[in-house]
Amino acid sequence: MAVTEVRITIHPAGLNPKDIAEKIKKRFPDQVVDVAEFSGQVSVIVKRDQIIPILKYLHDDPILSLDHLQDLTAVDYLNKKEVRFEVVYNLYSIRYRHHIRIRAQVTENDPKINSSVPIWAGADWHERECFDMFGIVFTGHPDLRRILMPEDWEGYPLRKDYPLQGPALENDWPGFTEVLKRSKELKEFEWEG
Amino acid sequence: MLIDTSATGLVTLDDGTKILPPNLIITSLDKIVNWGRLSSIWPTTFGLACCAIEMMAAGASHYDFDRFGIIFRGSPRQADCLIVAGTVTKKMAPVVRRVYDQIPEPRYVVAMGSCACTGGVFRTYSTVQGCDTFLPVDVYVPGCPPRPETLLEGMMLLQEKIRKEHFRWSPWR
Repeated sequence: MAVTEVRITIHPAGLNPKDIAEKIKKRFPDQVVDVAEFSGQVSVIVKRDQIIPILKYLHDDPILSLDHLQDLTAVDYLNKKEVRFEVVYNLYSIRYRHHIRIRAQVTENDPKINSSVPIWAGADWHERECFDMFGIVFTGHPDLRRILMPEDWEGYPLRKDYPLQGPALENDWPGFTEVLKRSKELKEFEWEG
Repeated sequence: MLIDTSATGLVTLDDGTKILPPNLIITSLDKIVNWGRLSSIWPTTFGLACCAIEMMAAGASHYDFDRFGIIFRGSPRQADCLIVAGTVTKKMAPVVRRVYDQIPEPRYVVAMGSCACTGGVFRTYSTVQGCDTFLPVDVYVPGCPPRPETLLEGMMLLQEKIRKEHFRWSPWR
C-alpha cells in the first residue's frame, strides 16, 4: 500500500501572525476580546472559558500546527486592567516556524483556568510554577503542587500586592524561623575563644 | 630557618619554641595543636550558587588549595570547615544548618560572597539576609563572586585566627 504524505506548502517563514489571529477570530468570534500587536508580535486576548478548544484547534489544525508550547506564564495587571490576571501561552510551530501568543483573562475573585496538560504534556511544570507564583488554579492538572517555594509557604510571591521583602520575621515560613530558633538554642555549645 | 646541629644547648626558634638538637622540640600544647589544625583545614564539599564555581577553581590545580593543606572532603563528618559558597535561600537554610551541625568540633565557617555575607542584591522574600543569622561565621569573604585569590586570603585569615586560639579542646562535654 502506497503511503502518500500530505504536506501543505506555505511560505517558509510560516503564516503571518496577523493571519493566525484572524483565523482564531473567525473560528471563535465570541471568545476573542482583543488582538494586540507590538514590534511584530501579535497577542490574541481571549476569555478563559473556551481556552482548551482554542488551544486544541491551534494545536491540531494542519495549517496552523502550533505543536510546541514555548512558554506558559502569567501576568498580574493589578490596578492596570479590569481583569487582573492574564495567563500567557507562547506557541510555535516546529514545521512551519510561525509564532502566536495567546493571553487568557483570569479574574481575581475566581483565579481558575482549565489545564493545558492534555494538549502539551510539557505544560505540567509550567502550570505548577504559575500556581506557585500567582495562585492561579489549573483545573484538571494531574499534580498541582508548589514547585519552587516550600509546600507550606503562604502567599503567592509574584503577585504585585505581595511584599517584595516577604513576610515579617514573626510571620515568616516556619521552616526558617525554626532554624533561627534552633541556632539560638545551640549557641551555648559554641566555642567563644 | 637553619639550625646549627652541632650546638649542644637549647636553641630558641621563636617566642615559646625551643629546639634541643638534633630532634627534640619544646613548645606549648596550644602551639602544636593550633599548628596542626591550621595546616589541615578540611572544608566540606558544599556549594550553593555561582560562588561554588570560584571555590572549585580555587581548589583546582591553578590556585591549588592543597598546598595549604586545605582538602575538600565529601562528608561533613570528616570535615572541619564549612565554606558557605552562594545565596542561602530560606528553603535551603535548614539544610545548611544540618550540614554545619554534622561537622565535629572544632569547626569553622567561612561566608563566601556577598550573598552569604549579607544577602547581597537579593533583598527578597526567599533569601536569607546573611548566613550569620543562623551560623557562627569566622571569616567573611566579600565579592560577587570573590576571585579565587580572595577566597585564598580568606582561608589564610582563618589560619591566622586558628593560630591565635588558646585552650580550644573539649574540657567538659
